Amino acid sequence: MKTTYVRGLAVAAALSLCSAASAQESIKIGYVDPLSGGGASIGEIGLKTFQFIAELQNAKGGVLGKKIEFVPYDNKLNPQESIVQVQKAIDAGIRIITQGNGSGAAAAITEFVAKYNERNPGKEVIYLNYAAVDPVLTNDKCNYWHFRWDANSEIKMEAITSYMKANASIKKVYLINQDYSFGQSVRADAKKMVSAKRPDVQIVGDELHPLMKITDFAPYIAKIKASGADSVITGNWGQDFALLLKAAADAGLQANWYTFYAGGAGGPTAIKQTGLNHRVFQISEGFANIPHAPAQEFEKALRAKYNVGLFYPRAVNQFGMLFAAMEQTKSADPKKIAAALEGMKFNVFSGGEGFMRKDDHQFFQPMYISSFGERGSGEPLDEEGTGWGWKLVGKIDTGSTMVSTTCKMQRPN
Amino acid sequence: MTDRVVNAVVGSASRGVPMSALARYGVWVVAAAVLAVLPFVFGSGLALTVMSLMGIAVIFSLSYNILLGQTGLLSFGHAVYYGFGGYLAVHAMKAIVANGLPVPLPVIPLVGGLAGLFFAALFGWVSTKRSGTAFAMISLGLAELIGSSALILRGFFGGEEGITADRTKLLRILDWSFGPQVQVYYLIAVWCLLCAILMYAVTRTPLGRMCNAVRDNPERVQFVGYDPRMVRFLAFCLSGLFAGVAGALAAINFEIANSALFGAVQSGTVLLATFMGGAGFFFGPVLGAVLVVYLQLMLSDLTGIWQLYFGLLFIAMVMFAPSGLAGLIMMHRPLWRARALHRMVPAYFVALVPLLVMLAGAALMIEMFHHLMVKAVEGPAMKFMYIPLHANAVGPWLVGLLMAGGGFLLFHRSFRVVAAAWNRTGVADAAGGRP
Amino acid sequence: MLELLIVSTLNGVLFGMLLFLMASGLTLIFSMMGVLNFAHASFYMLGAFFGFQISRWVGFWPALVVGPVLVGAIGAVVERFGLRNVHRHGHVPELLFTFGLAFVIEEVVQMIWGKSPVDFRVPEVLDFPAFTIFATNYPAYKLFMLLISIGIFVALFAVLTKTRIGLIVQASLTHPNMVAHLGHNVPLVFMLVFGLGSALAAIAGVIAGPALVTQSNMAALLGPILFVVVVVGGLGSLSGAFVASLLIGLLQTFAVSVNVSLADVFAVFGFTPGPDSMLDDLWRVTVAQIAPILPYLLLVLVLILKPSGLMGTRET
Repeated sequence: MKTTYVRGLAVAAALSLCSAASAQESIKIGYVDPLSGGGASIGEIGLKTFQFIAELQNAKGGVLGKKIEFVPYDNKLNPQESIVQVQKAIDAGIRIITQGNGSGAAAAITEFVAKYNERNPGKEVIYLNYAAVDPVLTNDKCNYWHFRWDANSEIKMEAITSYMKANASIKKVYLINQDYSFGQSVRADAKKMVSAKRPDVQIVGDELHPLMKITDFAPYIAKIKASGADSVITGNWGQDFALLLKAAADAGLQANWYTFYAGGAGGPTAIKQTGLNHRVFQISEGFANIPHAPAQEFEKALRAKYNVGLFYPRAVNQFGMLFAAMEQTKSADPKKIAAALEGMKFNVFSGGEGFMRKDDHQFFQPMYISSFGERGSGEPLDEEGTGWGWKLVGKIDTGSTMVSTTCKMQRPN
Repeated sequence: MTDRVVNAVVGSASRGVPMSALARYGVWVVAAAVLAVLPFVFGSGLALTVMSLMGIAVIFSLSYNILLGQTGLLSFGHAVYYGFGGYLAVHAMKAIVANGLPVPLPVIPLVGGLAGLFFAALFGWVSTKRSGTAFAMISLGLAELIGSSALILRGFFGGEEGITADRTKLLRILDWSFGPQVQVYYLIAVWCLLCAILMYAVTRTPLGRMCNAVRDNPERVQFVGYDPRMVRFLAFCLSGLFAGVAGALAAINFEIANSALFGAVQSGTVLLATFMGGAGFFFGPVLGAVLVVYLQLMLSDLTGIWQLYFGLLFIAMVMFAPSGLAGLIMMHRPLWRARALHRMVPAYFVALVPLLVMLAGAALMIEMFHHLMVKAVEGPAMKFMYIPLHANAVGPWLVGLLMAGGGFLLFHRSFRVVAAAWNRTGVADAAGGRP
Repeated sequence: MLELLIVSTLNGVLFGMLLFLMASGLTLIFSMMGVLNFAHASFYMLGAFFGFQISRWVGFWPALVVGPVLVGAIGAVVERFGLRNVHRHGHVPELLFTFGLAFVIEEVVQMIWGKSPVDFRVPEVLDFPAFTIFATNYPAYKLFMLLISIGIFVALFAVLTKTRIGLIVQASLTHPNMVAHLGHNVPLVFMLVFGLGSALAAIAGVIAGPALVTQSNMAALLGPILFVVVVVGGLGSLSGAFVASLLIGLLQTFAVSVNVSLADVFAVFGFTPGPDSMLDDLWRVTVAQIAPILPYLLLVLVLILKPSGLMGTRET
């Protein structure tokens, strides 16, 4: 037991030596996400995707003549632990941090980075957020060193309701969400935006349930059924999504599901099990079968190499813009990168143009609604070996996804 | 499952051993000196952060041991008081900054302590009516209730993001801004030492003695005219107080309080740390806290399956050293007294080598298995302790098997050597053999 | 109203029986050995994954038999080479041993089956709606779960109270020395009981796996609620666990349909709290919103008012 400890020390010391030695040859990006425990399923997918992006870039000669390298740090999905891991990355000389899973961890990191930069002028660190969607990060808690490429939940809701506006068959909507920051904001935005865009649509139910505490959703389904809803909007993910959908299928509930995370790990498997063919919709900035050739090529290459699908089309945008900012400023200095990223326009992965809004450092891009089910000739790729795949249902242009922000950006002098 | 339970964990050594004044105060002076010097030895940002976290964990584990080790109460929800300490500390810091009150940062942990005390008194009033399993289960239920509420009640708890404050904006004394981590480290170190001294002092008071009595034999406590429930309640309050201080220090260190503070992971970790360190000795939880914080932060850099090793280590401790690290150390006390400790060194060396070989062999096979199962897409090439190898080749598996098996056999045989050496030292105590 | 009542009762009973299915092994082990087994949910998870793997190879029905047997054997081995050695140190080390074991099992499952959910399906024979009430379907598989739960309850109850084996098992808990003197092998009894408890958990795993989500975090998510069932029912009482399962199932199901908050209650008395207070949420949280955490409230209340649980015979 003592021996493990000593050995751990020795190896840790050796590791830190290694990383110091190679620091000159590459540009390092610290990847702070869960890599052990239950959350690791998504953390590992992210890491593989990013490594693939780095390989592609390095094959093209890297950036500024240097190789791009991702250094993984396991934050165990815990906000406090995330701060320690960011500290670890900074100690290893890393000044670009990326993280995505969990708004709690994201809030802790953005706060830490802001304070660190204020207290350590000249050693600034930049934080690139590829998946934490709580609107607060680009509103009340916005900060100059945080940039977000994922559409926040408010933007996604804006896009969903823009789609609903054109879809007259939706008449009664039921909201069911997990009772924590994200679910609460999905619910609040849905109420606000549905009544603004489709005053004729009735919100027949509005449910919040504790996060990851429910084994049987049958009582909730009974309520949805009694309400006569034809559509359900839910931000549920993971087990809360899978069990909700299974209970609905068991009870024979006939409704369409508008979701944020149906495509998450295990989501497609659960949908296939329920047999709900093209009744589950997802809002995202891209998906495997998107009718855009370069995106499909990328997807196929990633699957061939790492056997994972592209969960994060936005990450391709994120690093594309990061590399562009570096080339543009001829520097890997976060201070210059941040200045270059502000307001930057970019031809996004799924086609079309997006831009990084200067006011709040939120990226805006075309959004897509897709449904999951049997594939036609236009859908070459399936998900999780189910045989079913995502099909394009609607596109929402960048202009129809714009939401206002309360951010008062404080720029360093 | 009340009494017999904790007796076993606690062993006999918590009873006071007479000490000279030098030994009594010398320990604390040395501790203070070590804490003061540490940042000069380990000065990197990470090292300071890790040492700060260790200081916090030490207070938290010691506070937990007031329950487990001293009073015999097994709690699965100690993080509740830690969490409230953290939240109230952040709320207090925000209020102080907003109103421009002349309060310096170093007194904030007091707020956390009072918060911990308040909630411990509130929840303790009902839960300390019971002891044993009922108490343990009440603590589990309360922890689940509070943990779930923290996400639901956004007004006070701030939802998933939690609430934040800036520790540098409070009144400054001697121009310390508490921006740099080293200043926070010293703040934590001072509070850590102070709390440790206070908690140690408590064990010497009549209340501390009554706690032990309640742990060992509550019926007799009643016969001599004390109310065991009241003793449990007081111990619970004290424990909550110090847990609150620890939580407040955590909040100061991270400048954030969120629902993770209340988590089952937090409650579980303090239990593991206290037990692995040794609940029967005052300094046990200190060792445990330092070890567990280090392992949690550093092990994950070495392997993706650090939790497996952590679990195996914990099981091994429970099976072979139930009185913890401190128990192992104290087992050698008679030898040390008899100045015979050095005579064990050769025997331990004989045992240590095969043990290391066995562990390395086992770890090799576990890592290869892990690589084959989880990292199949990367191909069979991998590294184990900087040695490149192929996880699907027969060679490494044979080596691993030989090392693990051979190491085990030799290690098993070395028991005899150790036992013989132990007997030769002539110290009759503790029946010998390796732990 | 009638619809709500009938549907909720039905859902409540179905959910309650699912809980009993998962908790029966836990209560068995506790009643016989006095060990609060933190790894119980892990054995349940092992059952689900074994069930998944075996049903891939030879089908669901053989898996329902082979899976639990294998897990039961693992349980027996754990008792023989692990728990038995820890037993002499007392109950807390025993409990902590199972605590560590839960860690290890989770990691091993993650290594073998990955961290994402696996595609474990309901067998086709049972994949149809059994009946329909108020336009809500009830799948045959749920009824199958219900029947198995009741079957296990009846069988366990009969074995423990009516057979000679049951008497020896019960006696060896309270009077181990006496039973040993009578020539029975008490350690063997303990090993078998632990194995049987683990096998019961595995049966629950194989059956609940397809209905719920079979994933490596299922044990951690389910663990606490099982303790609630066992403790509320009265530690070690089989019928208590049965009643508690039903009670919790019904409580949770009915609570979901109650959209009342504290603010509503106070509004009846003409009192409305100010909207600005920090604890504003506390007023507005509805019963439905917190339905799934009500069992924990029940746990705390029961232990304070009647520490032996609903039907427990001894104080915990």
